[in-house]
Amino acid sequence: MAAFGEPDGRAARWRWGVIDLVVVAYALIPVLWILSLSLKTTATLTDGRFVPREWTLENYRTIFQTDQFIRALVNSIGIALISTAIAVVLGTMAAYAIARLDFPGKKALVGVSLLIAMFPQVSLISPLFEIERSIGLFDTWPGLILPYITFSLPLAIYTLSAFFRQIPWELEKAAKMDGATPAQAFRRVIAPLAAPGVVTSAILVFIFCWNDFLFAISLTSTEASRTAPVALSFFTGASQFEDPTGAISAAAVVITIPIIVFVLLFQRRIVSGLTSGAVKG
Amino acid sequence: MTHRVETAERPKARVPRPRRGERAERARLSEGKRAERRLGWLLCAPAALVMVAVTGYPIVYSIWLSLQRFDLKFPDEREFVGLDNYVTVLSNGYWWTAFAVTFLITVVTVAIELVLGMALALVMHRTIVGRGLIRTSVLIPYGIVTVVAAFSWRYAWTPGTGYLTKLTGAEAPLTERVSSLAIIILAEVWKTTPFMALLLLAGLALVPADLLKAAAMDGAGAWQRFTKVMLPVMKPAILVALLFRTLDAFRIFDNIYILTQGANNTSSVSMLTYNNLFRGLNLGIGSTMSVLVFITVAILAFIFIKLFGTAAPGSTEEGRR
Repeated sequence: MAAFGEPDGRAARWRWGVIDLVVVAYALIPVLWILSLSLKTTATLTDGRFVPREWTLENYRTIFQTDQFIRALVNSIGIALISTAIAVVLGTMAAYAIARLDFPGKKALVGVSLLIAMFPQVSLISPLFEIERSIGLFDTWPGLILPYITFSLPLAIYTLSAFFRQIPWELEKAAKMDGATPAQAFRRVIAPLAAPGVVTSAILVFIFCWNDFLFAISLTSTEASRTAPVALSFFTGASQFEDPTGAISAAAVVITIPIIVFVLLFQRRIVSGLTSGAVKG
Repeated sequence: MTHRVETAERPKARVPRPRRGERAERARLSEGKRAERRLGWLLCAPAALVMVAVTGYPIVYSIWLSLQRFDLKFPDEREFVGLDNYVTVLSNGYWWTAFAVTFLITVVTVAIELVLGMALALVMHRTIVGRGLIRTSVLIPYGIVTVVAAFSWRYAWTPGTGYLTKLTGAEAPLTERVSSLAIIILAEVWKTTPFMALLLLAGLALVPADLLKAAAMDGAGAWQRFTKVMLPVMKPAILVALLFRTLDAFRIFDNIYILTQGANNTSSVSMLTYNNLFRGLNLGIGSTMSVLVFITVAILAFIFIKLFGTAAPGSTEEGRR
């Protein structure tokens, strides 16, 4: 793309280098700030310096000393993993049908997913709160898993059906000619080819579930199912007189780690998943 | 007469015959076709059922709840009150303030994000050094938990603790309305610009390089190439990005909850609904607000999709087949 008029020389490289640096700073400064806060000692916590003067792991020790945060972490991981697994399985089935099969009602399904992608989640919290209380799902894992699956299905269906369209389908035809049923062709031939797309949508769905706050704060009330972002917002410090800033920062850094790992490992896939799913040629 | 009727009927009677034969033939031909249909329905049914069951029924139920006086503090006084709750909410100043705040936040964030996101997309698309690095770092705001990012901004603007209050000399920006709103917008823009940029990047990738080269040879400057060549090609992508971000921004909750808890009239409609439900424990009023938010979003979506025409994601889905 350095084609027209722009010398691909050192000057251009420097210029791009500076622009890149601005972008990286934009993305990282708030993250580095919370990391810095989490590493500050109680005495230096309120000095307003971006880089800690004294370093300590005390805040991390604090949050892992009590059950509160560990329970929330376990809830978060469990709920997000189960929701992701179910949403991706259901999404894969539906996306395959949308991308490959001809059947009436397909347009309706795509329409419904689009509607749900735009659905204001706050409109659901009052009825879900009441319904879940009456059927005993309130403050349980399934009580959160259900809305998470619902709201991540559109994401899964869109990314996966976009991915499925790019698969070489001649292979499926060949399998069918060799006597495989459509279902067999799906299982034996297409599923392995589709695996990268499935991984991508699984990451996106996991990030969505991991991120949720509104459902988690509305549909839970105890440690039984409270997720990490909610626990974070309830932190009060070890004693009434202790400022929870350090502990909150440390917990914030802990729940950011999985996101950073995903981003580092799967940058290409996340980018292609997000771009292919949402925009059509 | 009877003859005539018969003769007149005969050709009519003849017509269905080949049709019937055709239908039988089609049925025979499409043994596989029908299996395909059945498989299609079977594969879609679970996803469709979950989506409809978890959204459809509750939204209807919340309409029912919104027609009742239902305060969890006084559960015995529950009764059907018709549209009373709607009158209460719609004649309440807090509701309209929250509504205006939500609209303001939505319009300002989406506008800033469109410009910043476009710049970011151009950088990601054209940079000649560190492309992977840029894309990786841009994904961090996208992926980070909103609550975490909100805490980072809150502490950055906390007097004494924050590097930004120290840097700017601001007193206590989160205790005043205007500066609070500015910080909420800043937090929202920071977090979601990368998403906007990625959607725009997809559109950018569709711009043919030849076209740009030809425009450059014809003497079009960088700005002209951008407005006359790139923007028209990217229009569908821009509209999709705007649609998703507008409706998403309208739902804003997490950032406000952490940054101000809605203090100093900074509540969004989601925040106000939440407060009525869980602080006020008023299920009737809360549900009324839920329904009103739903209707607003439905209207917004409808307007957008009308504007889209054929560029709506649902319809392109079909067109592409």
